[in-house]
Amino acid sequence: MDFNLPFLSLLIWTPILGGIWVLFLGDRQEETLKYFTFGVSVLVFVLSLLAYREFDITTSQLQFVEFREWISVFNINYHLGIDGIALPLILLTTFTSVLVILSAWDVIETRISQFMAAFLMLEGMMIGVFSSADAMLFYFFWEAMLIPMFLIIGVWGGPRRVYATIKFFLYTFLGSVFMLVALLYLYSRAGSFNIQELQNLALPMEAQKLIFIAFFLAFAVKIPMWPVHTWLPDAHVEAPTAGSVILAAIMLKMGGYGFIRFSLPITPDASMALDGFMITLSLIAIVYIGFVALVQSDMKKLIAYSSISHMGFVTLGFFIGFSIFVNSESSSGAIMALEGGMMQMISHGFISSALFLCVGVLYDRVHSREISAYGGVANTMPKFAAFMMLFSMANAGLPGTSGFVGEFLVILGSYQASFWIAFLAAITLILGAAYTLWMYKRVIFGEIANDNVAELKDINSREMFILAVLAFTVLLFGIWPAPVFDIMHPSIENLFEHIIQSKVG
Amino acid sequence: MMSDITLLIPELVLLVLASVALVVDTYSESPEKIMTYRFVQLSLLIVITLIFIYIPDSTGYAFHNHFVSDPMSMILKSVIVIVTMVVFFYSFEYFKEHETVKGEYFVLGLFAVLGMMIMSSAASMLSVYLGLELLSLSLYSMIAMHKDSIIASEAAMKYFVLGALASGMLLYGISMLYGVTGVLDMQGIASYVSANSDQNSNLLMVFGMVFIIIGIAFKLGAVPFHMWVPDIYEGSPTAVTLFISTAPKIAAFAMAIRFLSDGLQGMLVDWQGILIVLSILSMAVGNIIAISQTNIKRMLAYSTIAHVGFFLLGITSGTIDGYAGSMFYIIIYALMSMGSFGMIILLGRKGLEADNLEDFKGLSKRSPWYAFIMLILMFSMAGVPPLAGFWAKWFVIKEIVAMGYVWLATLAVVFSVIGAFYYLRVIKLMYFDEPDSMVAIKSSQEMRFVLSMNGILVLLLGFMPGMLMTLCISAIT
Repeated sequence: MDFNLPFLSLLIWTPILGGIWVLFLGDRQEETLKYFTFGVSVLVFVLSLLAYREFDITTSQLQFVEFREWISVFNINYHLGIDGIALPLILLTTFTSVLVILSAWDVIETRISQFMAAFLMLEGMMIGVFSSADAMLFYFFWEAMLIPMFLIIGVWGGPRRVYATIKFFLYTFLGSVFMLVALLYLYSRAGSFNIQELQNLALPMEAQKLIFIAFFLAFAVKIPMWPVHTWLPDAHVEAPTAGSVILAAIMLKMGGYGFIRFSLPITPDASMALDGFMITLSLIAIVYIGFVALVQSDMKKLIAYSSISHMGFVTLGFFIGFSIFVNSESSSGAIMALEGGMMQMISHGFISSALFLCVGVLYDRVHSREISAYGGVANTMPKFAAFMMLFSMANAGLPGTSGFVGEFLVILGSYQASFWIAFLAAITLILGAAYTLWMYKRVIFGEIANDNVAELKDINSREMFILAVLAFTVLLFGIWPAPVFDIMHPSIENLFEHIIQSKVG
Repeated sequence: MMSDITLLIPELVLLVLASVALVVDTYSESPEKIMTYRFVQLSLLIVITLIFIYIPDSTGYAFHNHFVSDPMSMILKSVIVIVTMVVFFYSFEYFKEHETVKGEYFVLGLFAVLGMMIMSSAASMLSVYLGLELLSLSLYSMIAMHKDSIIASEAAMKYFVLGALASGMLLYGISMLYGVTGVLDMQGIASYVSANSDQNSNLLMVFGMVFIIIGIAFKLGAVPFHMWVPDIYEGSPTAVTLFISTAPKIAAFAMAIRFLSDGLQGMLVDWQGILIVLSILSMAVGNIIAISQTNIKRMLAYSTIAHVGFFLLGITSGTIDGYAGSMFYIIIYALMSMGSFGMIILLGRKGLEADNLEDFKGLSKRSPWYAFIMLILMFSMAGVPPLAGFWAKWFVIKEIVAMGYVWLATLAVVFSVIGAFYYLRVIKLMYFDEPDSMVAIKSSQEMRFVLSMNGILVLLLGFMPGMLMTLCISAIT
């Protein structure tokens, strides 16, 4: 079979148009609406799988390119195209969206059509971010995404939702506007917003550094890096489960994607000059935030901090490459670290979604996220306990789960740069195990703590299905991560060749 | 002389129609003044048709270079007339609801439009001034129309005194320029400036320019000449605030371009710095003070001040694209402002203005659709894509960056983030809070339609801003 579909446009606009339709359906036909939303998300997932099937993994070129003039006076184009870096993230997005919509099935009771519509539109915009080949189009989706997320946290969130959502919005908005100025500056020099042209644009060092800082502000807030991470725990805690999942699984990845698509290739010399700064911040995130996670009493907050710590690995993997390259004089170690960072993003997408869903399962029953409100859950929810065990282990980076692969590659790569960096990074294996398993122990094991726990019912078939699918994926990519590497290898290799050439000129 | 008249046909016809409207109003006996309203809308329709019919092939001057008809004036006039039609529509709904229909409002509105059209087409300092005074005098009386309301009378008085002061400043500046150059028309001034560019220390010339800028800043409401804006916005009946906040801003843009670009482009270095200071102050004061407002009309007044700051940035660049950016900004702003005040009118009931932020509480429960329209308008004002307000800010910032003022662009975007907060608060009230009462919003079919179109247009322009941008660029060149 041969498909000549405009895959990317379909992936972007199917959910957005679906979302508009859902909005018009209103709350009256609840069942139809849920099935329709679910159907759309499955359709998009299938489409993305077809795109994967058609994807040529031997090249680093942009594929499925679509090009239309959009704002021709300023040479802004509706220009889509993906390479091996974007495709895994798109697959992650479509996959997670299906699960998220399923997870909200019985949970959301008010304004269900707006909820479902927000998620569908969000999905389309996120795919838009990953598939834009034009920087303005990228920015357009990047910012537009804030609107549905703002509403999701604010309308369906917990008691402090207003504070959390406004903080989330302002933080990310503030970061992003600096990126806008940087993009406009690049445009004033290049006369185009085409990302590939921007990547090939020669820039003096001083300009590169300023642009790097502007990009840093946007992406560091999004991913988030210490010390601009404080919005994340608040947003995660107050967001409804589905919102937390999307936030952790995909939105954080956009920061990482931004680093690898903009910061590194557009300002390679500045990235190289400032890599010590980035590595330091990453290590602080890994170690310090790991300790912070240890003392949390709220499960969602704990996972949120653990996300920040894991994202430290991503930025470490991305920026350690320069010193690996200098030390080992070959690019293989650096490429390994970069791929480790990418793998970490994908795997964290699965694991953090799974953990947030697990907390969601408990929260739906007991309406508390406090660790102290639980204890002995294994007695009443054995199936659930088994699943959560797996995900906790994965979060701690147990070999055989996908969590191990990325972390291991990054640590292995760092070792070629400096023993101490690798040492500090490796602390996370202990810390991660400590905070995750300690939480697991307090929640799941022991005597039945109170009446609430005693009355718990084990997971129903819908929840079972969601968790089983995630468990399967976590194990699959833990044992056989090759498909992911196959997709991204040519692109990462090409990227690294690009970034070690100086653009100062 | 014949050709002179041809260029002026839309204005002349409007003058006649406005005078006739005054007569029609006295014969309009129904308390709703439906006849006046219809006649006025018909007049505007005729005028816009005439504008389109008499699009000149090239730039034409009339009456010894006092009047110009060029692409920019054509576009600005059309926008002014269209905006006024929608404004009149909202106002009519407002007056009907509050049972205080005044025919004079519409008649004065027509004269104001005439003034704005003259401003758009002014090619000499004298005609700018004439247009401006016609506009201002109409506005003074419109504000004072609710003569029993203390707050409205106070607003009118304040506006009159300060407006007269501003006009005085402007006139003073004009007289200085005239004293130095000996000419009134912009072309003459421009050629004087370029011929004497070596004597750029001509103090009197610079003084004149400063006074003119003060006059313009007063009319626009830029900081530190903004004091009147919040009081007038709050004190006037919403229908009048709606009018003040839309079309006259477009005319003020025309005035600024006529003076600064057509006349004093050669003194760019002298006025650039002044405008930068004005715009930074406006963005800072407008955005920060707006945060503490509880009255939405007052909040929107401060937001206007902030928008004016942004809009002045575009002019600051002194390039064609920069002027085009400002023009784009002001048109989009008029569109958003129109919708927001339309929404306030919609929520108001007889004898009760819905001008407190609290009145928006839980709107999404009472009416999801109107809440959605307001959401679009607020996010657009904050400058979030995919809405038109984003492109307006984008256009201006792009020009600033292209001019090399990256620091200024950075400052501007930071202020727009600060500004985002109070727009978010409106959305928070609508979406996250529970309504105080579930009173259904009653509105006529037409109101529903026009307001929806207004919101959707903001959304559509966010997806397809290209055409309007091209139009603005072609208007300036």
